[in-house]
Amino acid sequence: MSEFKIHECNLLAENIHEYWVEAPLIAVKHHAGQFVIVRSHDHGERIPLTVVGTDKERGLIRLIVQAAGKSTIEMAELKAGDHFIDVVGPLGMATHIHNWGTMIAIAGGLGAAPLLPIIKAAKEAGNEVCGIIGARSKNLMILEDEFRDICDELRICTDDGTYGDKGLVTDELQKWHDEGKHFDQAIIVGPIMMMKFTALLTKKLEIPAMASLNPIMVDGTGMCGACRVTVHGETKFACVDGPEFDAHGVDFDELNLRNQAYRKQEKKAVEAWEAHRCNIGLTKGAN
Amino acid sequence: MAEETKKPKRERIPRTPMREENPQERVCSFTEVPLGYSVEEAMREASRCLVCKKPKCVEGCPVGIDIPGFLSKVREGDFQEAANILHDMNALPAICGRVCPQEEQCEARCIEGFKHDPVAIGNIEKFVADWERANGGTPIPPPAPPTGFKIGVVGSGPAGLTVAGDLVKLGHDVTIFEALHRPAGVLAYGIPEFRMPRLIVNSEIDYIRKLGVKFEYDVIIGVTITVDELFEQGFHAIFIGTGAGLPKMMNVPGENFAGVYSANEFLTRVNLMGASNFPENDTPIRDSQHTVVVGGGNTAMDSARVARRVSKAKVTLVYRRSEEELPARKEEVHHAMQEGIDFRLLNNPVEVLGNKAGEVIGIRCIKMELGEPGPDGRRRPVPMKGSEWEMECDTVIVAIGNSPNPIIPRTTPGLEVTKWGTIVADEETGKTTRDGVWAGGDIVSGAATVIRAMGAGRKAAKAINEYLQTLPKP
Ligand SMILES: Cc1cc2nc3c(=O)[nH]c(=O)nc-3n(C[C@H](O)[C@H](O)[C@H](O)COP(=O)(O)OP(=O)(O)OC[C@H]3O[C@@H](n4cnc5c(N)ncnc54)[C@H](O)[C@@H]3O)c2cc1C
Ligand SMILES: Cc1cc2nc3c(=O)[nH]c(=O)nc-3n(C[C@H](O)[C@H](O)[C@H](O)COP(=O)(O)OP(=O)(O)OC[C@H]3O[C@@H](n4cnc5c(N)ncnc54)[C@H](O)[C@@H]3O)c2cc1C
Ligand code: SF4
Ligand code: SF4
Ligand code: FES
Repeated sequence: MSEFKIHECNLLAENIHEYWVEAPLIAVKHHAGQFVIVRSHDHGERIPLTVVGTDKERGLIRLIVQAAGKSTIEMAELKAGDHFIDVVGPLGMATHIHNWGTMIAIAGGLGAAPLLPIIKAAKEAGNEVCGIIGARSKNLMILEDEFRDICDELRICTDDGTYGDKGLVTDELQKWHDEGKHFDQAIIVGPIMMMKFTALLTKKLEIPAMASLNPIMVDGTGMCGACRVTVHGETKFACVDGPEFDAHGVDFDELNLRNQAYRKQEKKAVEAWEAHRCNIGLTKGAN
Repeated sequence: MAEETKKPKRERIPRTPMREENPQERVCSFTEVPLGYSVEEAMREASRCLVCKKPKCVEGCPVGIDIPGFLSKVREGDFQEAANILHDMNALPAICGRVCPQEEQCEARCIEGFKHDPVAIGNIEKFVADWERANGGTPIPPPAPPTGFKIGVVGSGPAGLTVAGDLVKLGHDVTIFEALHRPAGVLAYGIPEFRMPRLIVNSEIDYIRKLGVKFEYDVIIGVTITVDELFEQGFHAIFIGTGAGLPKMMNVPGENFAGVYSANEFLTRVNLMGASNFPENDTPIRDSQHTVVVGGGNTAMDSARVARRVSKAKVTLVYRRSEEELPARKEEVHHAMQEGIDFRLLNNPVEVLGNKAGEVIGIRCIKMELGEPGPDGRRRPVPMKGSEWEMECDTVIVAIGNSPNPIIPRTTPGLEVTKWGTIVADEETGKTTRDGVWAGGDIVSGAATVIRAMGAGRKAAKAINEYLQTLPKP
């Protein structure tokens, strides 16, 4: 079995961990917009995660993971020196970066992570890059400094007003537009409903927009069709045709419902896991 | 001795049936359904062979196994020699004995079968392979002197495994690259445990590994490393056996409701990811009260029977032609019926019905009748106007076929493909339009059979070895 060593591991925000993983073949091949599939142990699920950055010289890839369910909660306990047993990729199409002119990158919560390599590439391609990062609350805000380094201008908002403007990313975009700023291209990454409403707004404001989708996946190579999404009325496999699509054509409601297909089982898995941890004398968040 | 090899005067023995797990009990587990022949049963069944001078059965076997030869050895009780004869032509007899559509291949042509029942060639083949495994396994030949030639094999299905095994025995340095985290292609993620026990697949893989083949998992050729880069890294020849792993969908309304699976997804979740043991294994599968499987091939039968075991609830199979045209192995159809799968033949889905939560609640079908034969000679199913009907269900599995995997053709310059997406390769050698690249199995033929993939692997291995002899010694 192949082994992918975790070289470095950091806590970025509550329940959000950063890993630098040894995967030299993937590090040299990766382009902005692509992802990998990871398994952390032999009973593990195949989990899709965006490659947030690479260190080509040292053969490392950077992953940023939010503990959302059993697999990612369990992943959060890994430390530097531990291994993922499988990391495969880079998967999906690279972002089609052009010199659009002025680009607006809109991140919701963890969406800042997948967006980071994209704005980097867009900047290198000569675009003016504007950014909006929205989070529920200050303690969930990630990657602000790195965004600030790349973006020509960055705006921050939180749902509860604990940091930046109080409000949603759509409010921020509307405000910016109303101030007379013109955007040639938007890229939206975040929770599905955030992407849905941001897509609607960009459509209204006549800004072409792409969204990076996160359907449930299994193999990530086009073999199973779990990742089916509907774009402009056509079925696409997000792992090979995407994960980025024209945001104005995506059926976000369908995606939202499909992603809830295992809600019952996910809950059961977390409960079973926590019971198991109690039994072996660990409690949640013990380390 | 001369008397012994003379054809014995025979009294007619009926075909020896295969003992099977009880259908009521077996649907509660994934244990193998056929129990296998005992030594006596195997010898008795082998003695039914007439040892024909012109054995038609051999013509029916895609790899031309010396069938009367190995059956004679079984009759004599020399099982090791029988195994050796199988290995001459077939790298994976334990697998082929289990999954070959014998009734269309070897057994279809058996002379004995014209008047009576054909000799149970597949059952005996399975017996011999299992006997060998239980008695020390296939002996590992001493390693051949290394030639220094490096060969890359893409895909670890039956085609890739065969090529790799054959070439490593000749002293070449062989590496298999596999996209998934486990080897064996469809044998691992598609064909379920009760038909192809993991033990058997694992022991075949083990054998090939012991021969010296190296396995690299989690490597997608064309993505992680390209074919061009493999050549740059010093590989002298490359074999592509990437299979036909892309699911065809029905393109009917409602197909994206949660609860509609492709057979590939459903089978992968259960077979490769172990979803029937959720939550011990992390990958989930739906709880289902009524599963409808669409299709009539092996994939459909496997999906239906796996669904029956996972949900322990009702499973219905919808197929647009009649029982006669079901493309699956006869044995699988028979087993599916025994296990209580409800067959709704001559029906075709026109819509999947869902609720506001985006979940499947039913399926609408239309009745079909068989019309004139189409270009493939099979009578074409024609919808009967106004005959739509609905049934409730909460899971739908679409098992209507697979198309070739496009990753390699898309990323490998100089590789010609057909309009169906299969790689163009010489029928006899597997040579593609790109120098140094061979291909075989489902990626060339389109979705076919294990034995055909293996046969293609054999031919390609031979051609690759001949090609290597024309290169300067490394
Ligand atoms: C292309 C792509 C890139 C992604 N990049 C990142 C990333 O960089 N960082 C990150 O933290 N997450 C990322 N995700 C989401 C991540 O894969 C899921 O959060 C993870 O699979 C959840 O697994 P779990 O067992 O911990 O949670 P579960 O209990 O399985 O689910 C928790 C939630 O995650 C959703 N989910 C479940 N399985 C998947 C799945 N296979 N794919 C997507 N969502 C799922 C469910 O709808 C549910 O709401 C990405 C997803 C995709 C498809
Ligand atoms: C459910 C099911 C049941 C079946 N039942 C039967 C049966 O009873 N009898 C029978 O004879 N046949 C059966 N078949 C058909 C048979 O399994 C196939 O014809 C056979 O497996 C084809 O072998 P292959 O080596 O060409 O490809 P596969 O077995 O498909 O293997 C291809 C391998 O290549 C890997 N791969 C693909 N792309 C890449 C890449 N770019 N890089 C690296 N690796 C890659 C895949 O992950 C896979 O492991 C069945 C098929 C299915 C799906
Ligand atoms: S390999 Fe298949 S077709 Fe050939 S003899 Fe064996 S069972 Fe029959
Ligand atoms: S055709 Fe039948 S009887 Fe004749 S050799 Fe083959 S298996 Fe034996
Ligand atoms: S995840 Fe299986 S096809 Fe996309």
